[in-house]
Amino acid sequence: MSGFDKVVSSYEEAMEGLEDNMTVVAGGFGLCGIPENLIAEIKRKGTRGLTIASNNCGIDGVGLGILLIDKQIKKMIASYVGENALFEAQMMSGELEVELTPQGTLAEKMRAGGAGIPAFYTATGYGTPVGEGKEVREFNGCQYILEESIQGDFSIAKAWKADRYGNLMFRKTARNFNPMAVTAGKIAVVEVEEIVEVGELDPDEIHLPGIYVNRLIQGTFEKTIEQRTVRSA
Amino acid sequence: MALTREQLAQRVAQEFHDGYYVNLGIGIPTLAANYIPHDMDVMLQSENGLLGMGPFPLDEEVDADLINAGKQTVTMASGASLFSSAESFAMIRGGHVDLTVLGAFEVDCQGNIASYMIPGKLIKGMGGAMDLVAGADNIIVTMTHASKHGDSKLLSECTLPLTGKGCIKRVLTDLALLDIEDGKFILRERAPGVSVEEIVKLTAGELVVPDDVPEMSF
Repeated sequence: MSGFDKVVSSYEEAMEGLEDNMTVVAGGFGLCGIPENLIAEIKRKGTRGLTIASNNCGIDGVGLGILLIDKQIKKMIASYVGENALFEAQMMSGELEVELTPQGTLAEKMRAGGAGIPAFYTATGYGTPVGEGKEVREFNGCQYILEESIQGDFSIAKAWKADRYGNLMFRKTARNFNPMAVTAGKIAVVEVEEIVEVGELDPDEIHLPGIYVNRLIQGTFEKTIEQRTVRSA
Repeated sequence: MALTREQLAQRVAQEFHDGYYVNLGIGIPTLAANYIPHDMDVMLQSENGLLGMGPFPLDEEVDADLINAGKQTVTMASGASLFSSAESFAMIRGGHVDLTVLGAFEVDCQGNIASYMIPGKLIKGMGGAMDLVAGADNIIVTMTHASKHGDSKLLSECTLPLTGKGCIKRVLTDLALLDIEDGKFILRERAPGVSVEEIVKLTAGELVVPDDVPEMSF
């Protein structure tokens, strides 16, 4: 069974082979469901010149935001980059290249990247700055732009539970971009809260099959909340 | 009197129907959830992967794994479902969401909307707004009719970079409810106490004023 066992023993091993100037596809929405320990490992390694595709770039000092401190990110492909002063400063000074991508297009670019589809047509962004320079085609009287998919040298993602084969279950809205991000990387690294033995997960309840996962590690998570909003009883 | 934020939200909620799946943008649109009539079932879609969003949690219910598109902690309503971002935007792009409500900086009488970027100022990104306006058939834009300086935001042509082209058919401002048809704004309702003349003065794009323009009722 070892051939399918995806579990690695350290974060160092999990991110082995990540080199300068590589592309990393990351899961997470805001700070929800981010692979926080894998990001910390990239910071520790000091890998530079990275292109990162992720919906957001964390916030100051949390999530992907920590990779800005030592200027490890060269280019960010994201839909929303607010709430991050260091990001703003590096974007304004031109040190950090930013490709703003509509959220649904970004999700589909990752999905398509993992599914062997090099490009797709979408109405999203037609007639806007996002559509500039892209092929336009009419279908059924509507205009669509051609968007190319994303593939990464690595993908980093966070799931809730996995078995040793890398079959994954996500929890609530921490699923977000994670399943697609996993599929879009040549080396897909996933960290989870709990790893169980093979056979313990109901096959009907697996959200993403282990075929997409290369390396799996169990971690502990801070799960920082960006906007703690409550109602009174 | 111009509508308050609460009145705008109330008027938005009048567009809801029993059985509607609705996506509410950040700000005033989100407030509309407070005015869903009690005899009506409306399911709120949050584009980060939740259909059936409930109210904010009690302190002890807060769950870091359960947030809305504005990154606020939320709860799930009975009958909720959870899914990936790709699935979420398949619903949106595929036209399965019945009503989308979002804010804007400018709208023009060609149905164009600008809502995500002011050149020279900070660029935060469009998030899901471009997908939402491209995918939905039924969109209500909520916005202020004019700037503090009295400059109209309902234009003949948007001046800011577009979020979507030719996709807006209904606009609710603090002064009026307008439809967009054949390259013209049509004045449908006015805020209580606001005159047609005031709306005409503050609408830069071509405006059609029907004989009868009722006041909104709440």
